[in-house]
Amino acid sequence: MPKTLFEKIWDRHVVGDLGDGFALVFVDRHMIPEVAAKHVHNLKAQGLALKYPQYTFAVSDHTVPAMWAALKNPTDRQNDYTKSMKAGAAAFGFHHFDVDTPDQGISHIVAAEQGLALPGATLACVDSHVCTVGALGGISWAFGGSEVFHVLATQTSILRKPPTMRINLEGTPDRTVTPKDITLYMIGQIGAAGALGCAVEFAGPVIRRMPMEGRFTVCNMAVEMGAAFATIQPDDTTIDYIKDRRFAPAGAEWDKAVADWRTLKSDDDARFDQEITIDFTHIAPQVSWGISPQDVISIDAVVPDPAAEPDSQKRRAMQAGLDHTGLAAGASIEGTPIDWVFIGSCTNNRISDLRAAAAVVKGRTVADNVTAWVVPGSLPIRAQAMAEGLDRIFTEAGFNWGWPGCSMCGGQGNGFTERLKPGIRAVSTINRNLPGRQGPGSITHLVSPPMAAAAAVTGRITDVRKLVGRQ
Amino acid sequence: MTTSFTTLSGAAVPYLEENVSTNVISVQKPHGSEDANADPRDELFSGLRFDASGRENPDFIFNRPEFRDAKFIVAGANFGCASSRENAVTALSAFGIRCVIAPSMGDIFFNNCFKFGVLPIILPQDDVLALAAEASPGEPAAIFSADLAASELVSPSGRKLAIPLPAFRRQQLLEGLNEVELTLRRADEITAFHQTAEGQQPWIYDLAPGSNAG
Repeated sequence: MPKTLFEKIWDRHVVGDLGDGFALVFVDRHMIPEVAAKHVHNLKAQGLALKYPQYTFAVSDHTVPAMWAALKNPTDRQNDYTKSMKAGAAAFGFHHFDVDTPDQGISHIVAAEQGLALPGATLACVDSHVCTVGALGGISWAFGGSEVFHVLATQTSILRKPPTMRINLEGTPDRTVTPKDITLYMIGQIGAAGALGCAVEFAGPVIRRMPMEGRFTVCNMAVEMGAAFATIQPDDTTIDYIKDRRFAPAGAEWDKAVADWRTLKSDDDARFDQEITIDFTHIAPQVSWGISPQDVISIDAVVPDPAAEPDSQKRRAMQAGLDHTGLAAGASIEGTPIDWVFIGSCTNNRISDLRAAAAVVKGRTVADNVTAWVVPGSLPIRAQAMAEGLDRIFTEAGFNWGWPGCSMCGGQGNGFTERLKPGIRAVSTINRNLPGRQGPGSITHLVSPPMAAAAAVTGRITDVRKLVGRQ
Repeated sequence: MTTSFTTLSGAAVPYLEENVSTNVISVQKPHGSEDANADPRDELFSGLRFDASGRENPDFIFNRPEFRDAKFIVAGANFGCASSRENAVTALSAFGIRCVIAPSMGDIFFNNCFKFGVLPIILPQDDVLALAAEASPGEPAAIFSADLAASELVSPSGRKLAIPLPAFRRQQLLEGLNEVELTLRRADEITAFHQTAEGQQPWIYDLAPGSNAG
């Protein structure tokens, strides 16, 4: 029977059928952020063993400071959560990518960078953006805090087998269009619930041509369409990315792994429960105007008018978005004055993102009315950026250059000090513009790294194509 | 906290906003700033129920007298989307709401409900709108009831709807079963699975215990 890529990986990982479409599914890699340390200690308190410590990896990302005036070295960034996780990791013998190790970063960045997420493998994390690493051709899922305890004790999750959906990304977007623009445009087309509960496979020529880091951005925001899983067929781009990473297979096992990964694809006659195609040929850089990731328009478009929406529920949701962001229906979004720029988060803080933002910033300065932050995704990315001089481009322009963490995405960094004040309007490369995402009462516009850089230097929501020239 | 669900009877709050995120249902508090003396009922929708000074917003539907002891919420599509935070479920439960009725829910939210004895009921949009109409504001509140053993939801007008739920999840709620205990009964199966998988895909499983320590 023909199978989709998702179904092939799922079938390999079912430990037992629980009936009614539910299964007990094996977790090949379990990533735990420091905020979930209490579940590690609960295991001990309840006298249970950690089933497979070798597949358990902790990170410090949610609460650690990215910006801290007194910061002298990474060890200064510890807090009660990181210390608690460090103690748990020592007690059970698993690895903790803590702030005093050279590879610390955001869990989904670390999982890819360290060769933990692999094609054909499963990975789970108490963080809804774990769908990011499905870009490598495995499957990954998120859950609430209590499930951390379940995975620690059993190395499994109880999952409902989801419906499948393939999204074919077609066309030839302009070179000024980034993977983030493609992602935002797609969510605008499909809607915040358009892939609800589905296992999504991203396919088509736009994906095949896209570098690995862009694919992470696309899969990162699958949850913003409601998807439960995201995956992409592994290819040379995937395999080249994984080779020689720290925990990736090596030697004879590498060859066996690659031979297997080359077979991992949806069969030609596989049936998806839903299949849609989107053409990206003529899209422009995107920007969000409301309070849902589906509320996106082209930078050269006007803010939509709720009065033109026939569905009363959608009309009210649109109005709530405008009430929060303070934009006027029918007005150009370009030119809107801003207060803050945040370039970071698991969506957009890899080296290619930093390079793309720096290319816009170079030779310019941050506008007087704007505070601008750049927060790299991991210490290796931070070091690479500094080796390339990107940090100097940013700091000489007036940006603040940070240490890896979730920081101002979620607004928990440094004990919640890294959050915006009410009324502050930010242009951010993060994944959610939900009210309060960057601090209660603050306003978030989602954009790509070059668009964020353009806003920082002009002090307004700006069409980056006007700064870098159009081809 | 109870993790079982058998029967429930009470008012239902009609709240049909779409794409309500877990962070709106339960606003994240700064780490370490949680007030142990705070009323746990106040966590639910706190950003909408209270203004910055902590005063109630009288226009917000949860603050209406007839909904103060509500046991159900009739919600819009994709309720509980976005973050994985299970506080969205525990905040509902702490308020007294132990049944969520919606045309669709965030996947992680839906799964989290079963860990805390909250019954999620997904019904067609038309049914949800009809139930919301029956739950319209007005005193005294219209009373809904749910009987999970009978798999039946009864609206104030007496309309009966089947509760669609997989048998496995239904049993879990009825008995308040602990998922970890249930899964640990299969510990041998898990170990056997791992041994087989390690033989078939050593490149995934060949990380020796302790190889990642430190």
